[in-house]
Amino acid sequence: MSKIHVTTTVNGDEVEFLCDPRETVLDVLRDRLGMTGTKEGCGTGDCGACSITLDGRLVCSCLVLGVEAEGREIATVEGIATGEDLHPLQQKFIEYAALQCGICTPGILVATKALLEKNPDPTETEVRYWLAGNLCRCTGYDKIIRAVMDTAADMREAS
Amino acid sequence: MQYHTPASFEDAAAIAAQADGVTRFLAGGTDVLVQLRADIVTPDTLIDIKGITGTRDIARNPDGSWQIGIAVSGAEMTEHPALGRDWPGVVEATDLIGSTQVQGRCTMVGNLCNGSPAADAVPAMVAAGITVTVTGPDGTRDVAVEDIPTGPGKTSLAKGELISAVHIPARGDHGGDAYLRFIPRTEMDIAVVGAAVNLRLEGDTITEARVSLGAVAPTVLLVQEAADAIIGTTLDDAALAALAQAARDACKPIDDKRGTIKFRTHVVGVLAQRAAKIAYERAQKAGK
Repeated sequence: MSKIHVTTTVNGDEVEFLCDPRETVLDVLRDRLGMTGTKEGCGTGDCGACSITLDGRLVCSCLVLGVEAEGREIATVEGIATGEDLHPLQQKFIEYAALQCGICTPGILVATKALLEKNPDPTETEVRYWLAGNLCRCTGYDKIIRAVMDTAADMREAS
Repeated sequence: MQYHTPASFEDAAAIAAQADGVTRFLAGGTDVLVQLRADIVTPDTLIDIKGITGTRDIARNPDGSWQIGIAVSGAEMTEHPALGRDWPGVVEATDLIGSTQVQGRCTMVGNLCNGSPAADAVPAMVAAGITVTVTGPDGTRDVAVEDIPTGPGKTSLAKGELISAVHIPARGDHGGDAYLRFIPRTEMDIAVVGAAVNLRLEGDTITEARVSLGAVAPTVLLVQEAADAIIGTTLDDAALAALAQAARDACKPIDDKRGTIKFRTHVVGVLAQRAAKIAYERAQKAGK
């Protein structure tokens, strides 16, 4: 089967790849571009571990085909920190121990970064509903929610 | 799998009409890609229709009616400043599909064409009186939403046909709509029962109504008897009781792990009443 040539932008860098039309953006990121920060959980859009933004919109990368990325802008967890400097969300997740096994963490960081860009002052209920599609089987969510709320407060103070 | 990105609905219909094997149209992909990933349906031909001009647009016509592009996502509908003021029930129902991530991609047309009796957007679309334009090899036709699904996973669309536009009627004066569903969780679940009501008032009296039920029959239902039960009333207790009875009489649910026939039949009446009350309150507040 012939592969399709795709040009897209990942975390601000233009990248090109060849992919089978059945491959998802998740497959492309991990297997063709070597960017393994984005995790595969369920592979069917239920767990949120593979969350990325596509043209700024939060989506599951397992439910977007690689060929659909042509001309679009992708942002992944690898683009959240600036060099060695962690994003405030990443610092708070460490401070609050808001992760254990870490599989859900990249998706939750991408999702909550998108939330805080859209709504810098969310209520706890809004955070919980926003993250309803990000499953964590370790922490029980409370520490995640507290880390997000505290980050939001800090970022509002800093701005 | 052949992947196509046609520039027009006519081209899309022509590709589909000539294709052998399994054909799927791709917009948001939140059903098509799940079925592909789970090896339930592997299309031989996949036709991505998002590149067609206008498919991402929400437009209000001069007469107050709306045209929604077939690739407009649930999130884009929710964020629109005016659509939800006219049709809160339609927007809220669509917003119930999946997670934040799914909302970034899912579409009303996908929800309709997936053919699930439990689709959340569809009862609200039926109650609102939404019609769709179907483009096929022989031209276009306009079809009421309730005439698209024919059974679980099945639609009335023929080979080569696809939905190319969504038309929401003008809201008009003193109107309101609402959709409610029952799920055992608070989010991220499939409706066990759904009910949508759209109505119009003259003073305190209901002059027009449409009632649609989800997940209680092989397709989403439009129930004229339930609408008749509240038309000409002020939604008093007797009208609400008649509404619930008409809804229960119309439903033909199945027993499954998500709900029994008895439970679904009871809850459909309760949800129809609650949705009618919300729609009534919205119509009172809507004014001209």
